[in-house]
Amino acid sequence: MKHDHYDAVVIGAGHNGLVTACYLQRAGLKVLVLERNSYIGGATTSISKYEDFTYSNCSYVCSLFRQEIARDLELYKFGMQVIPYNGGAQIIKNEDGSHDMLGAYWHADANRRDLERLSKRDANAYDRLNRDIMRQCEFIKPLLMRTPPDPTSFKPRDLMELLYLGKRFYGLGKERMLETIRFYTMSAADYLNEYLENDALKSYVAGGATVGTALGVYSPGTAYVLLHHAMGDIDGTVGAWGFARGGMGAISKALNDSFIASGGEVRVNAGVSKFIVERGKVKGMQLEDGEVIDADLVVSGMDVRRTFNAVDPNELPAWVVERVKNFRFRGSSAKINIALDGVPKFHGVPDGSPCLTGDIHISQSMEELETAYDDWKAGRWSDKPYLDMLIPSLIDPTMTPEGKHWMSIFIQYCPYEPAEGGWTEARRQAFGQHIVNRIAEFSPDFTEKMLHMELRTPKDIETEVGLTEGNIFQGELTMDQLIFNRPIPGYAQYRSPIKGLYMCGSSTHPGGGVMGAPGANAAREVLLDLGRRN
Amino acid sequence: MAKHYQNIVIGGGHNGLVCAAYLARAGQSVLVVEAANEIGGAACTRELVPGAKVSSGAHLLHAMPADLISDLGLANHGLSFSAQSIKTVSLNADGPAIVFDGDTVKGEDVSAEDEAAYQRFNADMQRMAKALRPVFDKLAPEPSIETWAERLTLLGLGLRIRSLGRFHMRELLRIIGMNFYDLLDEYFENRQLKAAIAMDALLGAEWGARSMGSVLTYLYRLAGYQRSKGLGLALPAGGMGAVSQSIAAAAKAAGAEIRTSAKVKSILIENDKASGVELDDGEKIQAGRVISNADPKQTFLKLVNVDHLDTGFIRQIRNLRSRGRAAKLHLVLKAAPQFKGLQEADLGARMLIAPNMDDIELAFNPCKYGRYPEEPVFEITVPSASDGSLAANGQHVLSAIVQYVPYDDSAELDANRAAFLKTILQQLERYAPGIGKQISHAELLLPRDLENEFGITGGHWHHVELVFEAFLFNRPVPALARHSSPIEGLYMCGAGCHPGGNVMGIAGRNAANQVLKGGQ
Repeated sequence: MKHDHYDAVVIGAGHNGLVTACYLQRAGLKVLVLERNSYIGGATTSISKYEDFTYSNCSYVCSLFRQEIARDLELYKFGMQVIPYNGGAQIIKNEDGSHDMLGAYWHADANRRDLERLSKRDANAYDRLNRDIMRQCEFIKPLLMRTPPDPTSFKPRDLMELLYLGKRFYGLGKERMLETIRFYTMSAADYLNEYLENDALKSYVAGGATVGTALGVYSPGTAYVLLHHAMGDIDGTVGAWGFARGGMGAISKALNDSFIASGGEVRVNAGVSKFIVERGKVKGMQLEDGEVIDADLVVSGMDVRRTFNAVDPNELPAWVVERVKNFRFRGSSAKINIALDGVPKFHGVPDGSPCLTGDIHISQSMEELETAYDDWKAGRWSDKPYLDMLIPSLIDPTMTPEGKHWMSIFIQYCPYEPAEGGWTEARRQAFGQHIVNRIAEFSPDFTEKMLHMELRTPKDIETEVGLTEGNIFQGELTMDQLIFNRPIPGYAQYRSPIKGLYMCGSSTHPGGGVMGAPGANAAREVLLDLGRRN
Repeated sequence: MAKHYQNIVIGGGHNGLVCAAYLARAGQSVLVVEAANEIGGAACTRELVPGAKVSSGAHLLHAMPADLISDLGLANHGLSFSAQSIKTVSLNADGPAIVFDGDTVKGEDVSAEDEAAYQRFNADMQRMAKALRPVFDKLAPEPSIETWAERLTLLGLGLRIRSLGRFHMRELLRIIGMNFYDLLDEYFENRQLKAAIAMDALLGAEWGARSMGSVLTYLYRLAGYQRSKGLGLALPAGGMGAVSQSIAAAAKAAGAEIRTSAKVKSILIENDKASGVELDDGEKIQAGRVISNADPKQTFLKLVNVDHLDTGFIRQIRNLRSRGRAAKLHLVLKAAPQFKGLQEADLGARMLIAPNMDDIELAFNPCKYGRYPEEPVFEITVPSASDGSLAANGQHVLSAIVQYVPYDDSAELDANRAAFLKTILQQLERYAPGIGKQISHAELLLPRDLENEFGITGGHWHHVELVFEAFLFNRPVPALARHSSPIEGLYMCGAGCHPGGNVMGIAGRNAANQVLKGGQ
C-alpha cells in the first residue's frame, strides 16, 4: 500500500497551526495540514448555526494578532480585515435602582468627559494607568516573537538569549525594575487600587484580567493580564480591539487561502489517533480511520496533553509524562452566541449610543468580580459572572440579515466539571437561562429579542474544539506555565523529546489569544533545525 | 547635660535588640527605646491572669539562626527550651489525626503512597530551600553588576541554583511562582495531609492556598528550620519573652542601654540628617544614627516628617501591603484539654485545625471582603504542657493563631470580636469536646488589636507581606533594601526589611553590620 509522504504535517487547522503551515510551505517544504473537524479554524471560526446568522463561535475579538505575521503571510491580500470598535459601555446600577452608563469613546476628550462625571481624580489617574501599562507593554512585546531561552543550558544561543533578557530587565533601572516586578506579580485589584477610586470603573478595567484564567481579580498575578487591553494593535493603532470582518473565521480563512495559494494542502475530517515513532524519531501518524501518513516532521497544534497523549508513553522520559499530566488547563470560561431581532435596549444607555459598538459590561464592583471567582473555586458557575458582551453586527453587517443582530457573550466563570455532578443537558440549559436572566436585569427587551442561542460550556469547548478541559489558552497562563516553563520546563523551545515532533499551539510560548506568535516561532525553530532560512 | 548616643534603636522587638547587641559588641554606644513597658515586641510573654502566662505574639521559635544564638551567647543569658523539634498533629473532628515528626508522616488514613510522597516532597523542598537559604541569611543582593563584589554575589546565587542540577533547577524555576494548592495536588492524595502542609506556607500570610507566592513563603519557612540547626519548632522556657529577654541581656552586657515606656513621637532630622528622636513626653534624645525597628509605614508615614521625603518614595511606602490576617487566641484552661484523636502525651505538639485545602480557602474567602470566616483554621499550642512555669495549679494555657481575619477598624470592633470569639470556640469545641467548660479566661487579639499592642501597621507579622514585589532587593522598597534610607543616618532593622518576618533576628544583624560598615 502506498502512503502519502510529506516533508511536514501540521496537526490542527487552528490559527497557530495554519500560521506554522504557511511559513513552512513558503520556505519550500511540502506541507499537509490535518484537521479533525469538518471545518478549519479551531477556535477561530465563523459558523452559521441559525438561518442567515453567522457567529464567531468561540474567539470573538481581535487585537493581538501579530502584524508582522499578517504582513509576512499577506493576510490582508487574502481578505483579512479588522475593524476597530469605537466604544464600550459599563452599565452602572445606582443604589436607588436607577441606571447610568460609563461610556468608553474612541475620542480621548469624550472619554475623559465621561470619566470626569464619575470622578475627576480617576479621569487623571486613568491616563497615568494607561501610560504605565503601555510601558510594561513596551517591555514585553519584543519577547512575544522570540524563543524562550533554557536557563539551565550552557548553549551559546541560550546564554545569549538569557543575556538579552537580563540586559533588558537590568536596563530598566532600579525603580522601573520594581514597577515591573510589581506589575507581573500583583493582583489586578491591588494594582488598580493604586490608581483608581471608582469601583465601577475599576471593575470595567479589571474584568478582562481574569479572562480564561482560574484566578480572581484579587489573586496575585492577575495585574499583568491588564496588558491585553494595551498589547494588541490593529493596522498600527496600538491598543485597539476590533472585529474581523465576517467573524473570526475570516482570519483562519485568510490564513488557509494564503497557505493554499503557496501550494499547501489541507484535509478536514482527518483526526490523528497516534503518532508513529521509531527509535525516538517521528515517522508519521495514523489517522482515526486507520490511514497512515508518512512525514519527516510533525508540528502539533494540539495542546500539550493531547499532543503527548498521541505518543506511546514508552517513547517519553517519565518526568515528561509526569509534567504533562500536571500541566494545568482547568477551563473557566463559557461562550454564548445569541441571534437578536434588533438591538436590545440597555438600562442607562441612550438609543443609538456608539458605546454599544464595543464591549458592554454589567459588573458593578471588584467584590462582585471576586465573588464570581469564589463560586468557580467551589465548582459552581458564577452567580454574578463577568460578562463581556459585544454586538459585532453593529459594525459588520455581513454577519446577520438586515435589521437583525447577533451578540457574543463571554462568560467568566463557568466550571469544567460542576461540583454537583457533570454537565447534563438540563444543567446546560439552566446555565444558559441563568446568563440570559442576568442580562435581562439590565436589558428590558433582551429575552423578547432573542431568536436563537448557541451555548458552549468548557466541556462543550473541549468536545467541539479539542481544547483540553475547555481552557481557551491551551493551558493556564500562570507564572509556572509561562516563558521557559511553557508548556514544560526543558521543552519550551517548540521541540519535544521525540525527534521531528514539534509543538506550535497556544500551549507554547507566548500562550493563548488569537496572536499567531506560537505558530510563527515554531516555524522558525523547525526551519532552524532544517538549516533553512525563512 | 543630656547624653549623646552613637545609635538609637526605635523599638525593643527582637530585631531591634539583636541590632543593638551587635552594635554594642562592636563598641558603639546604643540606646534602645521601647514604647511598651516591657521589651520584646511581638516576641514576648505576658501574664494573662495571675498565674497564667502566654506568648502573646509569636508562640514558637523556628527560624533563629544557630550562629546568632551562639554569637550573642543567648544560652548564657538565660535562653533555654522547654521543648524542641516538637511534632505537628493535624486534628480531625471525625477521624484519626495525622502526625508529622521530622521527615515522616503517619496517620491511619494516610496511604503508603502518600507517606512515600512526603519523603520525596520533603527532600525536594529541603533541597531548594537550601539553595535559596544563603540569600535569606545574608544581606539582600544588589540587582547590579557595577562592581566585582556585586557581580560575584549574583554569580554565586546563579551557581548555587545551577548546582541543584538541571532537573531541580528547572523545578525550582517552575514552582517558585506557583501556588501551594496546585503543587501539593501534584504530590499527594490525602486532603487533610495537604492542608496541614499548606498551613506552613500560609500562617501569617495575607493570601490563601490558591494564591501565587505561597510556595515562596513555604521555602522561606523551610530555610528557617534549616538555619536553626535541629531546633525545629521550639518552645522557649518561659515563653517567647525569654528570647527577647536573653537578647536584651546580651545587649546590656555588651553595654547597650534600654529604656521602656519611651514612645517615640518623631525622628529628629537636622540638615537632612537623622539626629535623634523626640519622645511622646517631649524629651529629645540626640544620636548620631537612628535605627528603626518599626515597620516602614510607621517609620516613614508617622515618625519622619513628610517634608524630608520625595513623593515617589512616599507613594511606594503607602502602597506596601501590610494587611495582617492572623488573629491570636489565648485561653486559660482549668485543666488539660482533650483533643479528639490526640494522645495525651502529645498535648505539647503543635496542633492544626485545617480539614482540607478547600476549607482553608473557604476560611479565606470572606476576609477578602472584610468579613469574618465561619470556620477559621488554626495553629494551636498548649505551651503549659511542656512548660509548667506558664500556668500554676494544674491550669493550662492555650495559644492559637487563627486565620483568616479581616483588619477591622469599624465602630463595632468589640461586638465583632465577641461574636468571632464565639465562632472560634464553637469550632474548637468540635475538636476538643468540653473545652468550653474548661475556659476560665479567653482573649482574642484581632489584627487591629495586634496593631495596637505591638505597634505594627495592619497587625501584619512580616510588617510587609512577603511576596515577590517585596522580596530581596525590593524589600520593602529598593531604597531601603540595604537597611539605609533616603535620609542620612536613618536605618531600618525590622521584619519589613530583607529577609522578612518570623522571630529570627537576621534583619537586625544585617542592619548592625551595615551601620558598622557605614562607619562613623
